[in-house]
Amino acid sequence: MQNSKTMQAPSHKRGNSGTSGARRLGDRIFFNATLIFALLIVAILIGLLIVLNMDAMPAINKFGLAFLTDSSWDPVKEVFGALPAIYGTLLSSIIGLVIAVPVSLGAAIFLAELAPRWLSRPGSFLIEMLAAIPSVIIGLWGLFVMVPVIRNPVESWLGSTLGFLPLFQGPPFGVGFLAAGVILAIMIIPIITAVSREVMEAVPDTQREAMLALGATRWEMIQKAVLPYCRSGLTGAIILGLGRALGETMAVTMVIGNSYAITESLFSPGVTIASKIASEFSEASGDVYIGSLVELALVLFVITLLVNIIARLLVWRMTTVKAVIG
Amino acid sequence: MITQGAGYLRRKWSSRAMLILSGLGAGLCILILALILGYILFNGISYLNMDFLTQPAKPVGEAGGGMRDDIIGTFILVILGSAIALPVGLMAGVFLAEYGKPWAASAVRFAADILAGVPSIVVGVFAYAVLVRPMGSYSALSAGFALAIIMIPVVARTAEESMRLVPNSVREAALALGIPRWRAVVGVVIPGALTGIVTGIMLAVARIAGETAPLIFTALGSAFGYQGLDQPIGALPLQIYRYALSPYDDWQKQAWAAAFLLVIIVLGINIVVRLVSRRRRR
Repeated sequence: MQNSKTMQAPSHKRGNSGTSGARRLGDRIFFNATLIFALLIVAILIGLLIVLNMDAMPAINKFGLAFLTDSSWDPVKEVFGALPAIYGTLLSSIIGLVIAVPVSLGAAIFLAELAPRWLSRPGSFLIEMLAAIPSVIIGLWGLFVMVPVIRNPVESWLGSTLGFLPLFQGPPFGVGFLAAGVILAIMIIPIITAVSREVMEAVPDTQREAMLALGATRWEMIQKAVLPYCRSGLTGAIILGLGRALGETMAVTMVIGNSYAITESLFSPGVTIASKIASEFSEASGDVYIGSLVELALVLFVITLLVNIIARLLVWRMTTVKAVIG
Repeated sequence: MITQGAGYLRRKWSSRAMLILSGLGAGLCILILALILGYILFNGISYLNMDFLTQPAKPVGEAGGGMRDDIIGTFILVILGSAIALPVGLMAGVFLAEYGKPWAASAVRFAADILAGVPSIVVGVFAYAVLVRPMGSYSALSAGFALAIIMIPVVARTAEESMRLVPNSVREAALALGIPRWRAVVGVVIPGALTGIVTGIMLAVARIAGETAPLIFTALGSAFGYQGLDQPIGALPLQIYRYALSPYDDWQKQAWAAAFLLVIIVLGINIVVRLVSRRRRR
């Protein structure tokens, strides 16, 4: 309205500068508001690091670096070490990846390269639904449905056939590293599949056509043209899945058995950083005890931070490639 | 010719085998989903009853009781988390899509992506340190704060992406009418991107409705129902966790019923939102 007035009377200089001044003020307020809220996201991230550091101080001061290499957890004597939790976190995530990567890549290849549109759309939709199921519900299912299956056919069979390996020795508990790894695989399959599928779909068709024109079979085309082209994106997808697995809490807490020990056997109960925090934090008392749990959270935060940064950079590189070429 | 034919056959069959294997991978994913949903729906329906929906929890040892308070608690926490997260997420999304200088925007975008990848249990510890400890009590507020931190990056990034889909010509047309830039954003760009923005918000709501880890030591759970924002509060996922690990058969059955309800809420939101946004996009 104001502007149409200035258009009718362009010579009315004072009014003109007044409206543009008011407009600039409105714009400036709005811009600054968006800027503040955007910076708030950065501030939360930095705040997380600072606050966790502060609250972990009693433990950091008392144990120093030994916290990372010590394997005791004794609230009575107030001696704490993170090694079994770090070990369990890495071990269960590795088991999860070993199971999830082939399945996810297969599913992604099927959805991106093979399935006709009427099949790939609902297929991707269903896999997204798997990702949407809350972790605690997967844990509930894992505890009552999956763990008994793992105890009896799976672990007893592995024990009798591969029992010469230390990995598969010991009594079959059901709950333990293996159960946690399988649950983690179920939880990260959807994310690895979704990202890999997207990355594969970003490969230009000319690459496929060139390979087929050379006489390649369909699999040779995927193996020699598609997969190498999006290697960094696929690596990013897998590392993204690893980031999820490392921090996954509820489902793992419910099936890993919560025993603070380092064992070679995949059948024995164990612990992860996240499950330790989840099962003890609300009952902990005393600065050193709480500080140790917070330091565990800090360790987990730093690990996932690094993993996620690597994954982001890899996936971003792939998408910039896509932007440049297509 | 014959040797070539044999080589070709081998390649053809190995190609078939690998393609079948990849199909099996996809099939396995669907099978797992079907197994999980099947058990939840089957067990959940058989244990779900009116008492579950309308009665508060009974103390240990008494049969019966329900999760009324925890259902209400989950709604309160989701509303609280959204109330904190929406302004921050939306405004940050506007900044990223409309204003950000390239370096500033990519720094914020990077921070948002990293924040989205922070394990929810770590966010819970953060909320405990920032709110529970200073206030001296577990509280609904601290739980809402934790859920908001999980929600903010999701809302910001989806809002940004849907605003980017609004063509520049629309912005230019609005600016050419002589309205200031913020009015163009609020009155033209945001309405144009509304479906996408709402989709992002609803998916984030579905996600925080099922979050459990950050609630364990912020919301804590409550046997007395809602007693104020500065007091402990119950939540559906929290109760699933507690009851599933309890040794009581009755509680485990209630955990299944609660899981059924939660799955219906979470997947219901997901399915409806995706159907609506897909139809709009066409």
